[in-house]
Amino acid sequence: MNRYTISALVDNKSGVLTRVAALFARRGYNIESLSVCTTEDPALSRMTIVLCGDDYILGQMMKQMDKLIDVRKITKVEEDAVSRELLLCKVRTDATTRSQVLEISQIFRAKIVDVSTEATIMELTGKPSKLDGFINMLMPYGILELARTGVTSIGRGASCLRDVPDYKEQI
Amino acid sequence: MKCNGAEILINCLKEQGVDTIFGYPGGTVLDIYDALYRDGTIRHVITSHEQGAAHAADGYARVTGRVGVCLATSGPGATNLVTGIATAFMDSVPLVAITGNVGLNMLGRDSFQEIDITGITMPITKHNFIIKDVKDLAPAIRQAFKIANSGRKGPVLIDILKNVQIAETDYEPYAPEKLTKKPVQKSAVEDAVRAINAAKKPLIMLGGGCIASEAEEEIASLAEKLDAPVACTLMGLGAYPAGNARFMGMMGMHGTATSARLALESDCIIALGTRFSDRVALNRDKFAANKVVVQVEIDNAEIDKNVNVTYSVLGDVKEALKTMLPLIETVKDRPFMQEAAELKKAEKAKRPNLELGHKVIIGASEIAKDDDIVVTDVGQHQMWTAQYYPVKKPRTFCSSGGLGTMGYGLGAAIGAAFGSHKHVILVTGDGCFNMNLNELSTAVTENLPITILLMNNRALGMVRQWQKLFYNNRFSQTDIRKKTDYVKFAESFGAKGMKIEKEEDIMPVLKEALSTPSPVVVDCRISNDENVLPMIRPGATYDTIITDWEDR
Repeated sequence: MNRYTISALVDNKSGVLTRVAALFARRGYNIESLSVCTTEDPALSRMTIVLCGDDYILGQMMKQMDKLIDVRKITKVEEDAVSRELLLCKVRTDATTRSQVLEISQIFRAKIVDVSTEATIMELTGKPSKLDGFINMLMPYGILELARTGVTSIGRGASCLRDVPDYKEQI
Repeated sequence: MKCNGAEILINCLKEQGVDTIFGYPGGTVLDIYDALYRDGTIRHVITSHEQGAAHAADGYARVTGRVGVCLATSGPGATNLVTGIATAFMDSVPLVAITGNVGLNMLGRDSFQEIDITGITMPITKHNFIIKDVKDLAPAIRQAFKIANSGRKGPVLIDILKNVQIAETDYEPYAPEKLTKKPVQKSAVEDAVRAINAAKKPLIMLGGGCIASEAEEEIASLAEKLDAPVACTLMGLGAYPAGNARFMGMMGMHGTATSARLALESDCIIALGTRFSDRVALNRDKFAANKVVVQVEIDNAEIDKNVNVTYSVLGDVKEALKTMLPLIETVKDRPFMQEAAELKKAEKAKRPNLELGHKVIIGASEIAKDDDIVVTDVGQHQMWTAQYYPVKKPRTFCSSGGLGTMGYGLGAAIGAAFGSHKHVILVTGDGCFNMNLNELSTAVTENLPITILLMNNRALGMVRQWQKLFYNNRFSQTDIRKKTDYVKFAESFGAKGMKIEKEEDIMPVLKEALSTPSPVVVDCRISNDENVLPMIRPGATYDTIITDWEDR
């Protein structure tokens, strides 16, 4: 099983996320994360999807998604692309453990965004593997809850997703 | 000009050249029906049930090549279309389904007859729309027709809220853009042609895409130039004339032994407009092992989906063949073609004694004209028709392939009759016929020339056959003991009822039935214990084909 990331430009309207998510569900493909945001063009949203599978599943997923009318552009994100994720993590802390947690946060360059007598919330942005490492280090202190946004990616260099040819225009 | 949403819908349908729609009125489409009434130029066919309307629009689309249109109210009206839409989706039939829905102020409140039909039909449409603002209506309808009839064709649903039907806006008439087919990629064609020219034993395999792209002339040229045998999937029947010496019959689970043998022996399968479904490829890993497969396919997702192919050309079959044909080298007296002809001859000589049902189908094919339409339901009679009714022209054969919808036939026959203005022969079984026989009243009301050959075996024959083969003759719920007298039934609906009980009845009854320009139900009393042969078990390889029941 490999992990792949797909970027897609989709119409910014209601129901598009349902179409994409339902497509994966009914074809039996597993997605690890899916994030959606608006773009520089208000008519379009950008989706970043991380999936687990093999080349066959990746190929099918991209081709099937490409057939959706609301999906304008789709591409596989290259290995060297910039991929980032945001983590908010609430850890149990008291007077004795707070400074240790602060120290770990400094090493990872995480921000402290909330402190109370019993808990601290940290914010960290980075590659998913960095977030994983940070979470591992915090585990022993007792993670009360955490939230991750899922990966969002953008390719290096001047080429843009909107310049990818659209399959629907080719046939 | 100012129009309300319902009027805009009617105007947009007329823009698209729609002359016939199939539907059923109800609370949330009253305004549309009012606009239809006031306009008076579109023929509306009211069916007994919305499912019949969806199948009728499907049959209409299959015989004409144009987009079929069906119309239903919200809630149950909309859900009753679902099986018909799914049938069209699986067989890539261009369909526009229009439903009403409750007004925006009622939406999301579980109002009377409110249903999320766009949610329900999402996986069985190419695309769907819910129209909440009248300004979005005309563009959506125009886009719906374009989506339905371009690329790999398929159904599109438009759900129109009640308030949209009433609201007024400016309507500007618009001539639909002509759908153009894109040229195929040259490098892909060159690779594919090189492989085809190098092949010693090419087999041409035709799927539903050949019918959809209307590529019959190019296919005939290809077969002639290559001097290669041609086999069709169920959906491809009619793309190549069944009477032609190069035609080797159907391919797949119930295909001919000849086509199975040729598929095994060929060194190159030229697959045109087909997706290698499990009923055709059977064992997807072994189907094309050790041979070159060239696939011409309009849907990118179908390339390498079921069977890994060596070369693929993405695009419309007709366009692709137009580019390929000048590069194809002419071959004369190909030994593989002679081998195919001998196999075909031998199979015909070995053909088992024909049963009553086979003889009825063959008899009907002998009386019918080449451009008469044959429609089937799903099951044994469907396969017998595919095997024994020589389909000579494209768009003269309608059958539910992908979804296998029992109950498809009568609705589709009605649509086919409206679309073709030809005599329609519906071959059905007593299981299928019972599912939607209510539409007989529609056929009678519209006085349609439909001959229904009811293969009455008092059983669900195909399922029963699988119980024989895989469940040690435990006939769970497949021997149906209905007491229906189908002759009286037909008469009570205003149709003619006839009966075939023995071989001598066949020709006199069929001659009378097929010369009757109105609905006739012919109750063909066939044995309950027939099998469809040849058969390849699901997932098995072509060399395990069963041609004799005793050798199963």
